[in-house]
Order: sequence, then structure tokens, then C-alpha cells
Amino acid sequence: MAKFKIHLLVCGGTGCRASESEALFHNLKATISEKGLENEVQVITTGCFGFCEKGPIVKVMPDNTFYTQVTPADAIEIIEEHVIKGRKVQRLLYENPETKEKVVDSKKMGFYRKQLRIALRNCGFIDPENIDEYIGRDGYMALGKCLTELTPEQVIEIMKKSGLRGRGGGGFPAGLKWEITRASKADQKYVVCNADEGDPGAFMDRSILEGDPHSVIEAMAICGYCIDASKGLVYIRAEYPLAIERLKTAIKQAREYGLLGENVLGTGFSFDIELRYGAGAFVCGEETALIHSMEGLRGEPTVKPPFPSVSGYLGKPTNVNNVETFANVPVIINRGAEWFASIGTEKSRGTKVFALAGKINNVGLIEVPMGITLREVIYEIGGGIKDGKEFKAVQTGGPSGGCLTQRHLDTPIDYDNLIAAGSMMGSGGMIVMDEDDCMVSIAKFYLDFTVEESCGRCAPCRIGNKRLIEILEKICKGEGTMDDLDNLRNLSQVIKDTSLCGLGQTSPNPVLSTMENFYEEYIAHVMDKKCPSGQCKSLLQYIIDAENCVGCTACARNCPVNAIIGERKGVHVIDQAVCIKCGACMEKCKFNAVFIK
Amino acid sequence: MASINIKLNQEKVSQLQDICKEFNNDKGELINVLHKAQHLFGYLPAEVQEVIAHELKTSAAHVYGVVTFYSFFTMTPKGEHPISICMGTACYVRGAEKVLDEFKRILKVKVGETTPDGKFSLSCLRCVGACGLAPVVMVGEKVFGRVSPDGVKDIIGEYTK
Ligand SMILES: Cc1cc2nc3c(=O)[nH]c(=O)nc-3n(C[C@H](O)[C@H](O)[C@H](O)COP(=O)(O)O)c2cc1C
Ligand code: SF4
Ligand code: FES
Repeated sequence: MAKFKIHLLVCGGTGCRASESEALFHNLKATISEKGLENEVQVITTGCFGFCEKGPIVKVMPDNTFYTQVTPADAIEIIEEHVIKGRKVQRLLYENPETKEKVVDSKKMGFYRKQLRIALRNCGFIDPENIDEYIGRDGYMALGKCLTELTPEQVIEIMKKSGLRGRGGGGFPAGLKWEITRASKADQKYVVCNADEGDPGAFMDRSILEGDPHSVIEAMAICGYCIDASKGLVYIRAEYPLAIERLKTAIKQAREYGLLGENVLGTGFSFDIELRYGAGAFVCGEETALIHSMEGLRGEPTVKPPFPSVSGYLGKPTNVNNVETFANVPVIINRGAEWFASIGTEKSRGTKVFALAGKINNVGLIEVPMGITLREVIYEIGGGIKDGKEFKAVQTGGPSGGCLTQRHLDTPIDYDNLIAAGSMMGSGGMIVMDEDDCMVSIAKFYLDFTVEESCGRCAPCRIGNKRLIEILEKICKGEGTMDDLDNLRNLSQVIKDTSLCGLGQTSPNPVLSTMENFYEEYIAHVMDKKCPSGQCKSLLQYIIDAENCVGCTACARNCPVNAIIGERKGVHVIDQAVCIKCGACMEKCKFNAVFIK
Repeated sequence: MASINIKLNQEKVSQLQDICKEFNNDKGELINVLHKAQHLFGYLPAEVQEVIAHELKTSAAHVYGVVTFYSFFTMTPKGEHPISICMGTACYVRGAEKVLDEFKRILKVKVGETTPDGKFSLSCLRCVGACGLAPVVMVGEKVFGRVSPDGVKDIIGEYTK
């Protein structure tokens, strides 16, 4: 990176690409050649910066200038003003929403201040398609160290000391898993990277693979060395085309550099990686289901034990770890177990990546030390609730997790605290909800997902969840009874206790946790036939206030089903029998005459 | 099964056979084969499944079992412009359902269906990874962010000109 004076880093993550960051990249490049600056200014595409809310992002180094919402047309101004004349383009700078001040140095942004980037250390810094940049930031040093200076046992010892726990949801200690797999004797063993990332609304693993694929490759090779495997497999969702491309490129480059393949770095250790594609089934994230899917079968889970570490892919010992778990490994080797273990809480060491989304100002990808509180995440990093609304709940753990509320805002986040609070860490989805979200509907949303994704192998999950959702639907329609609430609870418990795999064992959690924390909302639906947040359509009525209505006819013209009657300049009325409750009238009324009852 | 009655033309059949051969006719590679086959045909009709079963020396029932298990595989052709509404949690809490309802209303189809003229098909998917732009709609490869129910007709309009 030495010879260039200025580096322009353009985010090439999925989110920013969706807002034309590729065209922006090309425009920047073109402008630079036009001005003859090719030897002084370098433009690269990087992985996700995390600040997806305000994408596309362009970062200018070395002065840490952080431009947000940059359009392809802004390229010329950035080059002419910033690069040539040294004047930052004020209108593109990030503005602190509270002080309205422009932030000149990204290190000063609230979004980044409380973050600690270990797994994401390279995302947004390097060009993921160029192995030299990874190597330039100590890449493959850990692999070299393991192969030449440490025995597999020593590496496993470091991993155990570091306290790294699996980031895929279960939180099983990674070092211990490696040790168990090492102890299983077989002629062939496998290292599997779980990149299925099924939690809807989460994109941590994808961003790591898109932004820093080599860190995962390096870690898999280290794992292979430890457990005595010569073959690695990445099970990745077919829905992630960009991550797949970047991974393929990275594997090819690693082979060319002798970091994968026969006789790695001349040490006699051989290891290579292949890709296997998922095909859209959430349950395939579960490790036994994942292994069946890799074998070309239906992705149905099987009873554990035997654990994959003993009998996995093709019946051989298989070490399955999550993408983020792997991404932590090279740093732990390089910087030592003590350093890693000094971060986080006693039982949860290190950091966790979360995909922060929902009703929050700064949607994006964040990495924070374990033990941080929800309040810090939501208000300091997340910038608070969107549109100044009231915070209501935050959902973690996806369809297996639960909702945390106001009461939990000051709980330090770690594996055990989240479980104690009725949710779980999960893979890292964190969805913030405000006063407008109906918690019964949210429970129904997750159940809907589970019912669709249940593999159908065992009855409690296949049939039980279906019954759960039927009851929830009834409640949302205003037809629920108090008996239904009891049934919800009892049935949930039975499903949890008797399902075969983790999917069924956790699927009722969204119901149980919303019932626990928002029981009054369930009661309102059942007893008063009201949805307090006005989300459940069957329970609300759109009404026109005769006092405010001026008879402009805007509502009547916009009603898709002609449910509104009234003369021009006369008061309008909504025919409740015809109304489909789409809310178009309320949106269109300039006089605030439409309200919800 | 040597003489399956195929409506596929011979050229397509041999393309399919080539795909199977690429994976050594190994039935452990079935999912990879299906990915490629769907890429080639756009969907996986019964005839295609039968050819694959034959090539990989497994039963058509097994192939069918796998195809129906995974939501990525489809047995019905998609529309010329496949529309997918993101129903991930981030999009859901930012109003994806209302957007979906509007698509259903304007196109007069349900999720999983194709309009009679074959122009549009409607489906849901879970998280495109662009949650910052929620709610998100994809038409083919193109991503539309921050879609409001009002914006739906404009999106459809872009493809009916
Ligand atoms: C229903 C279900 C879905 C899962 N989905 C994922 C997933 O998408 N990604 C993942 O890494 N682990 C997932 N897991 C956890 C895996 O079974 C497994 O524990 C994990 O990949 C082990 O890696 P780790 O120890 O590094 O976390 C899922 C588990 C269950 C029960
Ligand atoms: S709990 Fe559900 S997903 Fe898991 S095996 Fe049983 S039916 Fe399948
Ligand atoms: S939930 Fe829709 S893009 Fe992530």
C-alpha cells in the first residue's frame, strides 16, 4: 500500500451494491484516470463497513474521512475537491444527528467508538479479492506459526485458553470441539465451515465472507492441522452469490500461493477446501442436517449423539464451526490466548458481531465486546430509535430467540445472561422494535417462519408449531379466548421438550418470551379485542373525523376498493364492510382527519 | 428406465447429461447437479428430474424428495420478471407485509404464482443482506430499497412499459 498517497475505499457489500456502489467505483476510477492521478490515488472495493444505513460509503485514507450516501454522480466532486484541492466535501460527510455537526474523522463517530473489531478486523479495510492485502495485514502468519512452531496439541491448548465459544448459536467451546475431533480416530476427517446463516434478518457471516474470505480459509487450515484433516468444506447458501464468488477467488489465490493444497508452505501438511451449496432450508444450518445436505440428501437432522466430531460427513469425524468462530482464530494465534481472554466477560470471551436492524437509526453490522449492555448498543452505537419513537423490545437469536425489553437494557450481553433473560445469543441477529410493533404479530411472524422451515421429521415440531400459529392467528383476528392463552403456553412447553432438533426445541421461544414480557398485549387482543399498537388489521377500524374532514376527496380517490363515500366539500365516511384496512386514506389525508380506532 | 418418454429435446438432454458427468454421476452431488440444472432450465420439471435420477442411478422419488425439500428449487417456471419480497425480520418490522399485499393486489396473484401473461411471478425470500434499505424488493437481480406500498405501482410500471 506504500506508494499511493491517497486511498479511496468503496464499500462493495451487498447493501451498498444495491445502491449503485459499483457504478460509483467505476466513476471514481474513470475520473482518476482522466486527471492522470493513477499513480497517486488508489481506489479499491472493500467489504462491508458496517454502516449500512447510510450507504453507499466511501472512506478516504489516510485521513479517515467517511462519506455517506454517495451517488455515482458524486465521484467527480470527491476527486476534484477532496483529492486534488484537499477540501472535504462537506455535504457528503456524516452528520451527528444530535449536534448536527459534521464528523470529519470516522473514529469520532458514535457508531464506531464503542465497537471492537476482531472478526471484522479486515472488513472495510482490504480488497477481499486480493490476497496480498490480506497478507499485508498479518494474513496467513498464524497458519505459518502453527505449522512451523506449534504442535496441534499446543494450538488446541491456545484455543481452549482463549475461551472462544462457537458463534453459530450454541456457544460450545471451540478448542474443546477441536480436541474431541482430534481424539476421534479415522483415516479421513473433515473441517466444515457452516455458512448457512438462516436467521432471517442477519448478515454477519455473509459480510465476513464478502469482506475477508481469507481469514476463514486460514482458520480452516489451522483447524485441519489440529484435527488431522486434509479436507475442508464450506457449506454456503446459494442465495449469497457475491460471497460465493469472493470465496472461490480467495481459495484459488491461496492455492497459487501454496497456502492450500499439497504440502502447505513446504511443511508436509496438506489441506484443500471445496464449496457445497445450500438450497434454501433453514434447518440445514443445524449441523447434522447440514451434513446430510452435503451428502446430497434431504437436510433432515438426526439424533445426537453421535456428534459430528465422532461421526459426521460420510460417517467420518467432522469438525463443524461457524464462519465468525473461524474468523476469530488467526487473531487469537497471532496475539495470544491471554489477549483474547482479557476481552469480554468471564464465561463469554471476546467479541460478537451483530446485525443491528429494525426501527433503529443506524442499521448495520457491528462488533462489540461481550458484556456491553443493550442500552449502549441501541442508543450509542445504534443512534437510538427511528423517528424519535419509544423503544419497545429487541429481538435476539432469530426464530429460536426471544424479545428483551426495557427491563433488560442494562444487562451485559453474553451467552448466559441472554438465556437467563429468556432469549439467546443466536447467530447475531438483533432486531429493534418500537411502540408501533405488535408483539403478538411478531410471535406469529417467527412461528410462520418455523412452520415453513420445519423439516417435518418429528411430530411435535411439524404439528405442534402449526397449532401454535393457528392459535396466534385466531388471537390476532380477535377470536381468541383465555383458554387459548393457556393452550399456547402448554403446547409450547411440550414442543420444547419433545422435538428432535434445535429448531423445534427453540421454536416456541418467541411465543413464550412475548407472553412473559408483554402479557398485557395478549390480554388486550383476547379480552378487549384491541391491538394496542394498531397492527392487527382485523382489530382496527379506519374512521374519518367529521370535524376535520374538509371533503377534499383525496381519500376516496385513493381508496383501492372504493370504500369511501361522500360529496366534494362534504364529510366523507368509510364503509367498514368494504374497507380492507390498507391505510391508504390515512396516508393521503392532509388534514389528519383519518384515525384508527 | 432406459427409455423414458421425454418431452425435452435431445440437445437439452445431453446438456443435462453433461452436467451429471461433470460431477462423476455421483449421487452425493445431487444438490450441485440440481443447482446447475435449474440454472439451465429455470426450473426443475418432472422430466428433468427423471433424467437426473437415471444418470445418477438413483430413484426419481429420491430426486423429487430432495427437490421439494429445498425452497430454492422450483418445479414451476418463474415469470419473465421474478419479483421477490424480502420477508426477513428487518424488512417485516419496517412494513414488508403491506408492500407484499400491494403487489398481490395489483398483480392479482398469490405468493408462488405467476401472472397469466407470464410476465411476473411473486415470491418471498428471507433477508437479502440489505437490511439498511428495508423494506427490500428484488425484481430479477435488481434491488429496490425503502419500498413503500405507494411505490409498488411504479416498480411494476418500470417493467410493463
Ligand atoms: C435450527 C438450527 C439452525 C442453525 N443455523 C445455523 C446457522 O445458520 N449457522 C451456524 O453457524 N450455525 C447454525 N446452527 C448451529 C449449528 O448446529 C452448529 O452448532 C454450529 O454450526 C457449530 O459451530 P460453532 O460451534 O462454531 O458455533 C443452527 C442450529 C439449529 C438447531
Ligand atoms: S424439530 Fe422440527 S426441524 Fe427438527 S427434526 Fe423435528 S421436525 Fe425437523
Ligand atoms: S431482512 Fe430484508 S434485507 Fe435483511
